[in-house]
Amino acid sequence: MSLARAIETGDVGLLPSRRDEDWRWSDLRGLIRVAPPASPEWVEPLAPGPFSGADAEEILVVNGRGPDLIVVGPGEKRAIALRLIAAPNAGSHLARLAIEVGEGGELTLLESHEGAGQDYLTASDMTIELGAGAQAERIVLAAESESGVAVSIAKVQLAAGARFEQMVLASGARRERIETVVEHPGAGAFVRLDGVYLLNERRHSDITTVVTHNGVDGITDQLIKGVVQDQARGVFQGRILVAKGADQTDARMGHHALILSDRAEVDAKPELEIWADDVACAHGNTVGALDEDALFYAAQRGIPPDEARALLIQAFVGEAVDRVRHEGAREVARAWVAQRLGASL
Amino acid sequence: MTALLSIRDLSARVEEKEILSGLSLDVPAGEVHAIMGPNGAGKSTLSYVLTGRPGYEVTSGTASLAGEDLLALEPNERAARGVFLSFQYPLEIPGVPALTFLRTALNAQRKARGEAEIAAPDFLRLVRAKAAALKIDFDMLKRALNVGFSGGEKKRMEILQMSVLEPKLAILDETDSGLDIDAMRIVAEGVNALRAPDRALLVITHYQRLLDYVQPDRVHVLAGGRIVASGGPELAHQLEAEGYDRYGSLAA
Repeated sequence: MSLARAIETGDVGLLPSRRDEDWRWSDLRGLIRVAPPASPEWVEPLAPGPFSGADAEEILVVNGRGPDLIVVGPGEKRAIALRLIAAPNAGSHLARLAIEVGEGGELTLLESHEGAGQDYLTASDMTIELGAGAQAERIVLAAESESGVAVSIAKVQLAAGARFEQMVLASGARRERIETVVEHPGAGAFVRLDGVYLLNERRHSDITTVVTHNGVDGITDQLIKGVVQDQARGVFQGRILVAKGADQTDARMGHHALILSDRAEVDAKPELEIWADDVACAHGNTVGALDEDALFYAAQRGIPPDEARALLIQAFVGEAVDRVRHEGAREVARAWVAQRLGASL
Repeated sequence: MTALLSIRDLSARVEEKEILSGLSLDVPAGEVHAIMGPNGAGKSTLSYVLTGRPGYEVTSGTASLAGEDLLALEPNERAARGVFLSFQYPLEIPGVPALTFLRTALNAQRKARGEAEIAAPDFLRLVRAKAAALKIDFDMLKRALNVGFSGGEKKRMEILQMSVLEPKLAILDETDSGLDIDAMRIVAEGVNALRAPDRALLVITHYQRLLDYVQPDRVHVLAGGRIVASGGPELAHQLEAEGYDRYGSLAA
Protein backbone atom coordinates (compact mmCIF):
# COMPACT_ATOMS: atom_id res chain seq x y z
CA MET A 1 0.00 0.00 0.00
CA SER A 2 1.58 3.18 -1.21
CA LEU A 3 -0.10 5.10 1.61
CA ALA A 4 1.79 2.99 4.16
CA ARG A 5 5.09 3.78 2.49
CA ALA A 6 4.20 7.46 2.31
CA ILE A 7 3.57 7.50 6.06
CA GLU A 8 6.69 5.49 6.85
CA THR A 9 8.94 7.64 4.71
CA GLY A 10 7.16 11.00 5.04
CA ASP A 11 7.24 11.26 1.25
CA VAL A 12 3.90 12.82 0.23
CA GLY A 13 4.75 12.01 -3.40
CA LEU A 14 3.78 8.41 -2.62
CA LEU A 15 0.24 9.26 -1.50
CA PRO A 16 -2.61 8.01 -3.70
CA SER A 17 -3.89 10.74 -5.98
CA ARG A 18 -6.85 11.48 -8.26
CA ARG A 19 -4.90 9.85 -11.04
CA ASP A 20 -5.39 6.49 -9.36
CA GLU A 21 -8.80 5.34 -10.58
CA ASP A 22 -9.78 3.92 -7.18
CA TRP A 23 -8.84 7.15 -5.40
CA ARG A 24 -10.21 9.77 -7.75
CA TRP A 25 -12.94 10.82 -5.29
CA SER A 26 -10.64 10.66 -2.28
CA ASP A 27 -7.46 12.29 -3.48
CA LEU A 28 -4.82 12.50 -0.75
CA ARG A 29 -1.86 13.76 -2.66
CA GLY A 30 -3.55 17.00 -3.70
CA LEU A 31 -4.72 17.48 -0.13
CA ILE A 32 -1.56 16.96 1.87
CA ARG A 33 1.41 19.18 1.00
CA VAL A 34 3.58 18.16 3.92
CA ALA A 35 3.23 15.00 5.95
CA PRO A 36 2.66 15.65 9.66
CA PRO A 37 5.57 14.50 11.83
CA ALA A 38 5.60 10.92 13.06
CA SER A 39 3.21 10.46 15.99
CA PRO A 40 5.05 10.28 19.36
CA GLU A 41 3.96 7.95 22.12
CA TRP A 42 0.91 8.94 24.19
CA VAL A 43 1.18 8.20 27.90
CA GLU A 44 -1.73 10.14 29.39
CA PRO A 45 -5.00 8.48 30.39
CA LEU A 46 -7.70 8.00 27.75
CA ALA A 47 -11.42 8.69 27.86
CA PRO A 48 -13.71 5.66 27.47
CA GLY A 49 -14.42 4.55 23.90
CA PRO A 50 -17.82 4.20 22.22
CA PHE A 51 -17.95 0.46 22.98
CA SER A 52 -16.61 0.71 26.54
CA GLY A 53 -20.05 -0.19 27.90
CA ALA A 54 -20.21 -3.39 25.87
CA ASP A 55 -19.18 -6.69 27.38
CA ALA A 56 -15.88 -7.00 25.50
CA GLU A 57 -12.17 -7.09 26.30
CA GLU A 58 -10.45 -3.86 25.34
CA ILE A 59 -7.40 -3.74 23.09
CA LEU A 60 -5.71 -0.37 22.55
CA VAL A 61 -3.77 0.80 19.53
CA VAL A 62 -2.71 4.37 20.32
CA ASN A 63 -0.84 6.45 17.76
CA GLY A 64 -0.16 3.25 15.86
CA ARG A 65 1.24 1.43 18.89
CA GLY A 66 -0.40 -1.79 19.98
CA PRO A 67 -0.38 -5.53 19.38
CA ASP A 68 0.21 -6.74 15.85
CA LEU A 69 -1.59 -10.07 16.20
CA ILE A 70 -4.91 -11.11 17.72
CA VAL A 71 -5.78 -14.79 17.71
CA VAL A 72 -9.10 -16.43 18.42
CA GLY A 73 -8.38 -20.13 18.78
CA PRO A 74 -10.37 -22.95 17.15
CA GLY A 75 -13.82 -23.13 18.72
CA GLU A 76 -13.03 -20.16 20.94
CA LYS A 77 -15.49 -17.29 21.35
CA ARG A 78 -14.24 -13.73 21.97
CA ALA A 79 -15.65 -10.23 21.97
CA ILE A 80 -13.04 -7.53 21.52
CA ALA A 81 -13.34 -3.76 21.67
CA LEU A 82 -10.47 -2.68 19.46
CA ARG A 83 -9.70 1.01 19.84
CA LEU A 84 -7.58 2.66 17.18
CA ILE A 85 -6.85 6.04 18.65
CA ALA A 86 -5.22 9.12 17.17
CA ALA A 87 -4.25 10.77 20.47
CA PRO A 88 -4.20 14.57 20.96
CA ASN A 89 -0.50 14.60 20.00
CA ALA A 90 -0.97 12.47 16.86
CA GLY A 91 0.91 13.43 13.68
CA SER A 92 1.16 10.64 11.19
CA HIS A 93 1.21 6.95 11.94
CA LEU A 94 0.39 3.54 10.61
CA ALA A 95 -1.05 0.60 12.51
CA ARG A 96 -0.61 -2.93 11.25
CA LEU A 97 -2.66 -5.71 12.73
CA ALA A 98 -3.43 -9.31 11.87
CA ILE A 99 -6.50 -11.07 13.24
CA GLU A 100 -6.93 -14.81 12.99
CA VAL A 101 -10.01 -16.78 13.91
CA GLY A 102 -9.45 -20.52 14.02
CA GLU A 103 -11.79 -23.20 12.77
CA GLY A 104 -15.24 -22.81 14.28
CA GLY A 105 -14.14 -19.80 16.32
CA GLU A 106 -16.37 -16.79 16.89
CA LEU A 107 -15.27 -13.18 17.07
CA THR A 108 -17.21 -10.01 17.74
CA LEU A 109 -14.97 -7.13 16.81
CA LEU A 110 -16.16 -3.75 18.07
CA GLU A 111 -13.71 -1.49 16.36
CA SER A 112 -13.60 2.23 17.03
CA HIS A 113 -11.54 4.81 15.20
CA GLU A 114 -11.19 7.65 17.64
CA GLY A 115 -9.66 10.91 16.51
CA ALA A 116 -8.73 12.93 19.58
CA GLY A 117 -6.09 15.01 17.78
CA GLN A 118 -6.09 17.50 14.91
CA ASP A 119 -4.59 17.55 11.43
CA TYR A 120 -3.33 14.00 11.69
CA LEU A 121 -2.71 11.48 8.93
CA THR A 122 -3.34 7.91 9.96
CA ALA A 123 -3.69 4.56 8.32
CA SER A 124 -4.55 1.13 9.58
CA ASP A 125 -3.69 -1.94 7.60
CA MET A 126 -5.47 -4.99 8.87
CA THR A 127 -5.79 -8.61 7.80
CA ILE A 128 -8.64 -10.79 9.03
CA GLU A 129 -8.47 -14.51 8.42
CA LEU A 130 -11.38 -16.82 9.19
CA GLY A 131 -10.89 -20.59 9.36
CA ALA A 132 -13.46 -23.13 8.24
CA GLY A 133 -16.86 -22.51 9.79
CA ALA A 134 -15.52 -19.52 11.75
CA GLN A 135 -17.66 -16.44 12.32
CA ALA A 136 -16.81 -12.80 12.77
CA GLU A 137 -19.00 -9.75 13.13
CA ARG A 138 -17.09 -6.52 12.77
CA ILE A 139 -18.63 -3.20 13.68
CA VAL A 140 -16.52 -0.19 12.79
CA LEU A 141 -17.46 3.10 14.38
CA ALA A 142 -15.34 5.81 12.81
CA ALA A 143 -15.33 8.99 14.86
CA GLU A 144 -12.52 11.01 13.34
CA SER A 145 -11.70 14.67 13.86
CA GLU A 146 -13.00 17.12 11.31
CA SER A 147 -9.39 18.02 10.42
CA GLY A 148 -8.04 14.48 10.37
CA VAL A 149 -7.15 12.30 7.41
CA ALA A 150 -7.71 8.62 8.09
CA VAL A 151 -7.56 5.54 5.93
CA SER A 152 -8.47 2.07 7.10
CA ILE A 153 -7.91 -0.97 4.93
CA ALA A 154 -8.92 -4.48 5.91
CA LYS A 155 -8.19 -7.55 3.85
CA VAL A 156 -10.46 -10.43 4.70
CA GLN A 157 -9.92 -14.09 3.83
CA LEU A 158 -12.52 -16.75 4.47
CA ALA A 159 -12.33 -20.51 4.49
CA ALA A 160 -15.24 -22.79 3.56
CA GLY A 161 -18.43 -22.25 5.53
CA ALA A 162 -17.12 -19.12 7.27
CA ARG A 163 -19.28 -16.13 7.98
CA PHE A 164 -18.07 -12.52 7.92
CA GLU A 165 -20.45 -9.70 8.75
CA GLN A 166 -19.56 -6.04 8.85
CA MET A 167 -21.17 -2.71 9.61
CA VAL A 168 -19.28 0.53 9.07
CA LEU A 169 -20.61 3.64 10.80
CA ALA A 170 -18.84 6.65 9.35
CA SER A 171 -19.14 10.30 10.33
CA GLY A 172 -16.39 11.48 7.98
CA ALA A 173 -13.25 13.53 8.36
CA ARG A 174 -11.25 15.95 6.26
CA ARG A 175 -10.70 12.78 4.23
CA GLU A 176 -11.80 9.38 5.41
CA ARG A 177 -11.65 6.09 3.64
CA ILE A 178 -12.76 2.74 4.98
CA GLU A 179 -11.88 -0.01 2.57
CA THR A 180 -12.67 -3.69 2.86
CA VAL A 181 -11.30 -6.26 0.45
CA VAL A 182 -12.77 -9.74 0.72
CA GLU A 183 -11.53 -12.95 -0.87
CA HIS A 184 -14.67 -15.09 -0.93
CA PRO A 185 -14.17 -18.84 -1.37
CA GLY A 186 -17.82 -19.59 -2.14
CA ALA A 187 -18.20 -22.98 -0.45
CA GLY A 188 -21.14 -22.00 1.70
CA ALA A 189 -19.36 -18.95 3.10
CA PHE A 190 -21.43 -15.84 3.79
CA VAL A 191 -20.41 -12.18 3.67
CA ARG A 192 -22.40 -9.15 4.75
CA LEU A 193 -20.84 -5.73 4.12
CA ASP A 194 -23.12 -3.00 5.40
CA GLY A 195 -22.45 0.62 6.10
CA VAL A 196 -24.00 3.93 7.12
CA TYR A 197 -22.47 7.33 6.57
CA LEU A 198 -23.92 10.47 8.11
CA LEU A 199 -21.97 13.53 7.00
CA ASN A 200 -22.32 17.22 7.71
CA GLU A 201 -20.26 20.41 7.34
CA ARG A 202 -17.33 19.74 5.05
CA ARG A 203 -16.75 16.16 6.02
CA HIS A 204 -15.82 13.50 3.50
CA SER A 205 -16.18 9.76 3.79
CA ASP A 206 -15.40 7.02 1.33
CA ILE A 207 -16.64 3.47 1.82
CA THR A 208 -14.93 1.17 -0.63
CA THR A 209 -15.50 -2.56 -0.80
CA VAL A 210 -14.21 -5.23 -3.14
CA VAL A 211 -15.48 -8.80 -2.96
CA THR A 212 -14.08 -11.50 -5.19
CA HIS A 213 -16.07 -14.71 -5.38
CA ASN A 214 -13.56 -17.40 -6.22
CA GLY A 215 -15.62 -20.58 -5.82
CA VAL A 216 -19.10 -22.02 -6.25
CA ASP A 217 -21.95 -21.45 -3.85
CA GLY A 218 -21.12 -18.25 -1.99
CA ILE A 219 -23.33 -15.42 -0.71
CA THR A 220 -22.61 -11.69 -0.42
CA ASP A 221 -25.20 -9.27 0.88
CA GLN A 222 -24.52 -5.55 1.06
CA LEU A 223 -26.60 -2.56 2.13
CA ILE A 224 -25.09 0.91 2.44
CA LYS A 225 -27.13 3.95 3.47
CA GLY A 226 -25.87 7.50 3.46
CA VAL A 227 -27.11 10.96 4.43
CA VAL A 228 -25.18 14.08 3.48
CA GLN A 229 -25.83 17.74 4.13
CA ASP A 230 -24.05 21.12 4.15
CA GLN A 231 -21.02 20.71 1.91
CA ALA A 232 -20.31 17.13 2.85
CA ARG A 233 -19.32 14.49 0.38
CA GLY A 234 -20.04 10.79 0.50
CA VAL A 235 -18.32 8.24 -1.69
CA PHE A 236 -19.31 4.63 -2.21
CA GLN A 237 -17.30 2.33 -4.41
CA GLY A 238 -18.56 -1.22 -4.34
CA ARG A 239 -17.24 -3.95 -6.52
CA ILE A 240 -18.30 -7.57 -6.64
CA LEU A 241 -16.35 -9.80 -8.95
CA VAL A 242 -17.61 -13.30 -9.64
CA ALA A 243 -14.70 -15.26 -11.07
CA LYS A 244 -14.94 -17.91 -13.73
CA GLY A 245 -16.26 -21.10 -12.18
CA ALA A 246 -17.81 -19.37 -9.15
CA ASP A 247 -21.25 -20.65 -10.16
CA GLN A 248 -24.34 -20.43 -7.96
CA THR A 249 -23.03 -17.22 -6.43
CA ASP A 250 -25.71 -15.07 -4.81
CA ALA A 251 -24.59 -11.44 -4.55
CA ARG A 252 -26.69 -8.42 -3.71
CA MET A 253 -25.53 -4.85 -3.41
CA GLY A 254 -27.58 -1.83 -2.43
CA HIS A 255 -26.43 1.75 -1.94
CA HIS A 256 -28.96 4.45 -1.18
CA ALA A 257 -28.21 8.02 -0.21
CA LEU A 258 -30.16 11.11 0.78
CA ILE A 259 -28.82 14.53 -0.12
CA LEU A 260 -30.20 17.22 2.16
CA SER A 261 -28.56 20.30 0.70
CA ASP A 262 -27.68 21.69 -2.72
CA ARG A 263 -23.99 21.78 -1.93
CA ALA A 264 -23.62 18.27 -0.59
CA GLU A 265 -22.47 15.53 -2.93
CA VAL A 266 -22.58 11.77 -3.28
CA ASP A 267 -20.42 9.84 -5.72
CA ALA A 268 -21.22 6.20 -6.21
CA LYS A 269 -19.71 3.51 -8.32
CA PRO A 270 -21.40 0.14 -7.89
CA GLU A 271 -19.87 -2.55 -10.06
CA LEU A 272 -20.76 -6.16 -10.69
CA GLU A 273 -18.39 -8.15 -12.82
CA ILE A 274 -19.61 -11.65 -13.58
CA TRP A 275 -17.62 -14.37 -15.32
CA ALA A 276 -19.57 -17.36 -13.98
CA ASP A 277 -22.84 -19.08 -14.87
CA ASP A 278 -26.06 -19.57 -12.98
CA VAL A 279 -25.50 -16.67 -10.60
CA ALA A 280 -28.05 -14.46 -8.86
CA CYS A 281 -26.64 -10.95 -8.75
CA ALA A 282 -28.46 -7.68 -8.21
CA HIS A 283 -27.54 -4.15 -7.41
CA GLY A 284 -29.52 -1.04 -6.66
CA ASN A 285 -28.21 2.48 -6.35
CA THR A 286 -30.30 5.54 -5.58
CA VAL A 287 -29.35 9.08 -4.64
CA GLY A 288 -32.05 11.62 -3.96
CA ALA A 289 -33.75 14.08 -1.66
CA LEU A 290 -36.27 13.36 1.07
CA ASP A 291 -39.70 12.59 -0.36
CA GLU A 292 -41.62 15.91 -0.25
CA ASP A 293 -44.95 14.11 -0.56
CA ALA A 294 -44.14 11.95 2.46
CA LEU A 295 -43.17 15.10 4.39
CA PHE A 296 -46.50 16.72 3.54
CA TYR A 297 -48.36 13.55 4.50
CA ALA A 298 -46.63 13.59 7.91
CA ALA A 299 -47.34 17.31 8.31
CA GLN A 300 -51.02 16.71 7.48
CA ARG A 301 -51.11 14.34 10.43
CA GLY A 302 -49.70 17.05 12.67
CA ILE A 303 -46.01 16.15 12.73
CA PRO A 304 -43.82 19.30 12.56
CA PRO A 305 -41.33 19.43 9.64
CA ASP A 306 -38.15 18.90 11.70
CA GLU A 307 -39.66 15.94 13.50
CA ALA A 308 -40.98 14.48 10.24
CA ARG A 309 -37.59 14.83 8.60
CA ALA A 310 -35.84 13.14 11.53
CA LEU A 311 -38.44 10.34 11.52
CA LEU A 312 -37.99 9.67 7.81
CA ILE A 313 -34.19 9.86 7.91
CA GLN A 314 -33.99 7.63 10.95
CA ALA A 315 -36.22 5.09 9.23
CA PHE A 316 -34.13 5.31 6.07
CA VAL A 317 -30.89 4.63 7.94
CA GLY A 318 -32.52 2.18 10.35
CA GLU A 319 -33.02 -0.38 7.63
CA ALA A 320 -29.25 -0.91 7.56
CA VAL A 321 -28.59 -0.44 11.29
CA ASP A 322 -31.18 -3.09 12.20
CA ARG A 323 -29.06 -5.69 10.42
CA VAL A 324 -26.34 -5.51 13.10
CA ARG A 325 -26.61 -8.81 14.96
CA HIS A 326 -24.73 -8.05 18.18
CA GLU A 327 -27.33 -6.49 20.42
CA GLY A 328 -25.03 -4.18 22.37
CA ALA A 329 -23.40 -2.95 19.16
CA ARG A 330 -26.81 -2.41 17.58
CA GLU A 331 -27.79 -0.18 20.49
CA VAL A 332 -24.52 1.76 20.17
CA ALA A 333 -25.20 2.13 16.45
CA ARG A 334 -28.74 3.39 17.05
CA ALA A 335 -27.52 5.86 19.65
CA TRP A 336 -24.82 7.03 17.25
CA VAL A 337 -27.44 7.64 14.53
CA ALA A 338 -29.73 9.52 16.92
CA GLN A 339 -26.86 11.64 18.16
CA ARG A 340 -25.58 12.43 14.64
CA LEU A 341 -29.06 13.27 13.37
CA GLY A 342 -29.88 15.28 16.46
CA ALA A 343 -26.62 17.19 16.29
CA SER A 344 -27.09 18.71 12.89
CA LEU A 345 -28.47 16.49 10.18
CA MET B 1 -74.03 30.91 14.26
CA THR B 2 -71.04 30.75 11.94
CA ALA B 3 -70.17 27.52 10.22
CA LEU B 4 -67.29 25.37 11.50
CA LEU B 5 -65.69 25.53 8.07
CA SER B 6 -66.25 28.74 6.18
CA ILE B 7 -64.79 29.38 2.73
CA ARG B 8 -65.26 32.71 0.97
CA ASP B 9 -64.41 33.55 -2.65
CA LEU B 10 -61.42 31.25 -2.62
CA SER B 11 -59.19 31.24 -5.67
CA ALA B 12 -56.07 29.15 -6.00
CA ARG B 13 -53.64 28.08 -8.62
CA VAL B 14 -51.20 25.30 -9.26
CA GLU B 15 -48.20 26.05 -11.45
CA GLU B 16 -49.75 29.28 -12.79
CA LYS B 17 -52.99 27.53 -13.68
CA GLU B 18 -56.10 28.75 -11.84
CA ILE B 19 -58.03 25.74 -10.49
CA LEU B 20 -60.31 27.31 -7.89
CA SER B 21 -62.13 30.48 -8.94
CA GLY B 22 -64.07 32.19 -6.20
CA LEU B 23 -65.31 29.15 -4.31
CA SER B 24 -67.60 29.73 -1.33
CA LEU B 25 -68.84 27.04 1.05
CA ASP B 26 -70.09 26.74 4.61
CA VAL B 27 -70.11 23.49 6.56
CA PRO B 28 -71.69 23.76 10.02
CA ALA B 29 -70.58 21.51 12.87
CA GLY B 30 -72.50 18.25 13.07
CA GLU B 31 -73.11 18.04 9.35
CA VAL B 32 -71.83 15.92 6.50
CA HIS B 33 -71.46 17.70 3.18
CA ALA B 34 -70.64 16.02 -0.09
CA ILE B 35 -68.72 17.65 -2.88
CA MET B 36 -69.32 16.10 -6.25
CA GLY B 37 -68.14 17.12 -9.64
CA PRO B 38 -66.58 16.07 -12.89
CA ASN B 39 -62.91 15.15 -13.13
CA GLY B 40 -60.66 18.17 -13.17
CA ALA B 41 -63.23 20.38 -11.46
CA GLY B 42 -60.88 21.17 -8.60
CA LYS B 43 -62.11 18.71 -5.96
CA SER B 44 -58.69 17.46 -4.89
CA THR B 45 -57.24 20.94 -5.20
CA LEU B 46 -59.78 22.14 -2.66
CA SER B 47 -58.64 19.46 -0.21
CA TYR B 48 -54.98 20.35 -0.71
CA VAL B 49 -55.57 24.10 -0.40
CA LEU B 50 -57.42 23.57 2.88
CA THR B 51 -54.59 21.39 4.23
CA GLY B 52 -51.75 23.57 2.93
CA ARG B 53 -49.98 21.33 0.47
CA PRO B 54 -46.88 23.04 -1.01
CA GLY B 55 -47.39 24.11 -4.61
CA TYR B 56 -51.04 25.11 -4.13
CA GLU B 57 -51.10 28.88 -4.09
CA VAL B 58 -54.07 30.83 -2.76
CA THR B 59 -54.51 33.98 -4.83
CA SER B 60 -57.56 35.43 -3.07
CA GLY B 61 -60.32 34.63 -0.60
CA THR B 62 -60.44 33.16 2.88
CA ALA B 63 -60.93 29.86 4.65
CA SER B 64 -61.50 29.59 8.35
CA LEU B 65 -62.06 26.86 10.88
CA ALA B 66 -64.13 27.87 13.90
CA GLY B 67 -63.39 31.48 13.06
CA GLU B 68 -59.62 31.02 12.80
CA ASP B 69 -57.83 31.81 9.54
CA LEU B 70 -56.67 28.44 8.25
CA LEU B 71 -54.62 29.75 5.37
CA ALA B 72 -52.17 31.53 7.69
CA LEU B 73 -51.20 28.26 9.40
CA GLU B 74 -48.58 25.67 8.53
CA PRO B 75 -49.93 22.24 7.46
CA ASN B 76 -49.01 20.63 10.79
CA GLU B 77 -50.66 23.50 12.70
CA ARG B 78 -53.85 23.04 10.71
CA ALA B 79 -53.77 19.35 11.59
CA ALA B 80 -53.34 20.16 15.27
CA ARG B 81 -56.36 22.50 15.04
CA GLY B 82 -58.36 19.52 13.82
CA VAL B 83 -58.13 19.40 10.04
CA PHE B 84 -57.74 15.87 8.69
CA LEU B 85 -57.45 14.76 5.09
CA SER B 86 -58.03 11.18 4.06
CA PHE B 87 -55.81 11.08 0.98
CA GLN B 88 -57.04 9.83 -2.35
CA TYR B 89 -53.62 8.18 -2.72
CA PRO B 90 -52.18 7.57 0.76
CA LEU B 91 -48.38 7.83 0.87
CA GLU B 92 -46.06 4.97 1.73
CA ILE B 93 -43.70 5.71 4.61
CA PRO B 94 -40.84 3.19 4.35
CA GLY B 95 -39.24 2.08 7.59
CA VAL B 96 -41.75 3.77 9.88
CA PRO B 97 -44.18 1.32 11.49
CA ALA B 98 -47.80 2.47 11.26
CA LEU B 99 -48.03 2.45 15.07
CA THR B 100 -44.95 4.66 15.45
CA PHE B 101 -46.23 7.08 12.83
CA LEU B 102 -49.65 7.33 14.41
CA ARG B 103 -48.31 7.77 17.94
CA THR B 104 -45.88 10.45 16.75
CA ALA B 105 -48.75 12.25 15.01
CA LEU B 106 -51.12 12.01 17.95
CA ASN B 107 -48.51 13.24 20.41
CA ALA B 108 -47.40 16.06 18.12
CA GLN B 109 -51.01 17.24 17.90
CA ARG B 110 -51.51 16.96 21.65
CA LYS B 111 -48.29 18.83 22.29
CA ALA B 112 -49.34 21.60 19.90
CA ARG B 113 -52.61 21.91 21.82
CA GLY B 114 -50.80 22.04 25.14
CA GLU B 115 -52.02 18.58 26.20
CA ALA B 116 -49.93 15.83 27.77
CA GLU B 117 -48.60 12.99 25.64
CA ILE B 118 -50.64 9.82 25.65
CA ALA B 119 -49.14 6.98 27.69
CA ALA B 120 -48.02 3.97 25.66
CA PRO B 121 -50.52 1.46 27.17
CA ASP B 122 -53.42 3.89 26.66
CA PHE B 123 -52.37 4.47 23.09
CA LEU B 124 -52.18 0.75 22.34
CA ARG B 125 -55.57 0.12 23.91
CA LEU B 126 -57.09 2.95 21.86
CA VAL B 127 -55.60 1.76 18.57
CA ARG B 128 -56.46 -1.88 19.23
CA ALA B 129 -60.14 -1.00 19.69
CA LYS B 130 -60.30 1.27 16.62
CA ALA B 131 -58.41 -1.22 14.45
CA ALA B 132 -60.74 -4.04 15.45
CA ALA B 133 -63.77 -1.96 14.48
CA LEU B 134 -62.24 -1.42 11.04
CA LYS B 135 -61.25 -5.09 10.75
CA ILE B 136 -57.56 -4.20 10.54
CA ASP B 137 -55.21 -6.93 11.73
CA PHE B 138 -53.23 -5.40 14.59
CA ASP B 139 -50.00 -7.00 13.33
CA MET B 140 -50.33 -4.95 10.17
CA LEU B 141 -49.78 -1.83 12.29
CA LYS B 142 -46.29 -3.06 13.13
CA ARG B 143 -45.36 -2.92 9.48
CA ALA B 144 -44.09 0.17 7.68
CA LEU B 145 -47.07 2.44 7.03
CA ASN B 146 -48.83 1.61 3.75
CA VAL B 147 -45.76 -0.14 2.32
CA GLY B 148 -47.05 -3.13 0.36
CA PHE B 149 -50.64 -2.50 1.53
CA SER B 150 -53.47 -3.01 -0.95
CA GLY B 151 -55.58 -0.05 -2.07
CA GLY B 152 -58.36 -1.06 0.32
CA GLU B 153 -55.96 -1.53 3.23
CA LYS B 154 -54.52 1.94 2.66
CA LYS B 155 -57.99 3.50 2.74
CA ARG B 156 -58.83 1.64 5.93
CA MET B 157 -55.54 2.91 7.43
CA GLU B 158 -56.65 6.45 6.60
CA ILE B 159 -59.94 5.94 8.42
CA LEU B 160 -58.08 4.38 11.36
CA GLN B 161 -55.82 7.43 11.61
CA MET B 162 -58.86 9.65 11.41
CA SER B 163 -60.65 7.84 14.22
CA VAL B 164 -57.57 7.96 16.46
CA LEU B 165 -56.82 11.63 15.76
CA GLU B 166 -60.48 12.67 16.15
CA PRO B 167 -60.41 15.75 13.92
CA LYS B 168 -62.91 18.60 13.96
CA LEU B 169 -63.04 18.72 10.19
CA ALA B 170 -62.46 15.55 8.21
CA ILE B 171 -62.04 15.79 4.46
CA LEU B 172 -62.41 12.48 2.63
CA ASP B 173 -60.96 12.70 -0.85
CA GLU B 174 -62.30 9.91 -3.10
CA THR B 175 -62.19 7.53 -0.17
CA ASP B 176 -64.45 5.14 -2.10
CA SER B 177 -62.14 4.74 -5.07
CA GLY B 178 -60.50 1.32 -5.21
CA LEU B 179 -62.81 -0.22 -2.61
CA ASP B 180 -64.93 -3.31 -3.14
CA ILE B 181 -68.40 -3.38 -1.65
CA ASP B 182 -67.35 -5.05 1.63
CA ALA B 183 -64.46 -2.68 2.20
CA MET B 184 -66.75 0.23 1.38
CA ARG B 185 -69.22 -0.88 4.04
CA ILE B 186 -66.45 -1.13 6.65
CA VAL B 187 -65.03 2.24 5.73
CA ALA B 188 -68.49 3.83 5.72
CA GLU B 189 -69.20 2.44 9.20
CA GLY B 190 -65.91 3.94 10.35
CA VAL B 191 -66.86 7.30 8.89
CA ASN B 192 -70.37 7.22 10.30
CA ALA B 193 -68.96 6.43 13.74
CA LEU B 194 -67.24 9.80 13.59
CA ARG B 195 -70.40 11.77 13.02
CA ALA B 196 -70.68 14.05 16.03
CA PRO B 197 -72.35 17.35 16.92
CA ASP B 198 -68.96 19.12 17.14
CA ARG B 199 -67.50 17.65 13.97
CA ALA B 200 -67.94 18.35 10.25
CA LEU B 201 -67.26 15.98 7.40
CA LEU B 202 -66.55 16.96 3.83
CA VAL B 203 -66.90 13.99 1.52
CA ILE B 204 -65.38 14.49 -1.91
CA THR B 205 -66.49 11.97 -4.46
CA HIS B 206 -67.03 11.52 -8.15
CA TYR B 207 -69.76 8.92 -7.75
CA GLN B 208 -72.82 8.75 -5.59
CA ARG B 209 -72.01 5.21 -4.39
CA LEU B 210 -70.35 6.12 -1.07
CA LEU B 211 -73.23 8.46 -0.27
CA ASP B 212 -75.58 5.47 -0.05
CA TYR B 213 -73.66 4.53 3.08
CA VAL B 214 -72.60 7.94 4.37
CA GLN B 215 -75.75 10.05 4.12
CA PRO B 216 -74.92 13.69 3.46
CA ASP B 217 -76.91 16.60 4.84
CA ARG B 218 -75.99 18.73 1.84
CA VAL B 219 -74.60 18.03 -1.61
CA HIS B 220 -72.61 20.59 -3.59
CA VAL B 221 -71.58 20.47 -7.20
CA LEU B 222 -68.06 21.72 -7.88
CA ALA B 223 -67.42 22.65 -11.49
CA GLY B 224 -64.99 25.07 -13.04
CA GLY B 225 -63.40 25.82 -9.69
CA ARG B 226 -66.49 26.92 -7.76
CA ILE B 227 -69.72 25.61 -6.28
CA VAL B 228 -72.36 25.82 -9.01
CA ALA B 229 -75.25 24.06 -7.32
CA SER B 230 -76.23 22.95 -3.83
CA GLY B 231 -79.05 20.83 -2.56
CA GLY B 232 -80.17 18.00 -0.35
CA PRO B 233 -79.22 14.31 -0.71
CA GLU B 234 -81.54 14.02 -3.72
CA LEU B 235 -79.07 16.11 -5.74
CA ALA B 236 -76.57 13.23 -5.59
CA HIS B 237 -79.11 10.86 -7.16
CA GLN B 238 -79.98 13.40 -9.80
CA LEU B 239 -76.28 13.74 -10.69
CA GLU B 240 -75.93 9.98 -10.82
CA ALA B 241 -78.85 9.77 -13.25
CA GLU B 242 -78.09 12.81 -15.39
CA GLY B 243 -74.32 13.17 -15.18
CA TYR B 244 -72.45 16.44 -14.99
CA ASP B 245 -73.12 17.57 -18.54
CA ARG B 246 -75.55 20.31 -17.58
CA TYR B 247 -72.78 21.96 -15.57
CA GLY B 248 -70.44 21.88 -18.52
CA SER B 249 -71.31 25.40 -19.65
CA LEU B 250 -70.81 26.73 -16.14
CA ALA B 251 -67.50 24.94 -15.91
CA ALA B 252 -66.18 26.51 -19.08
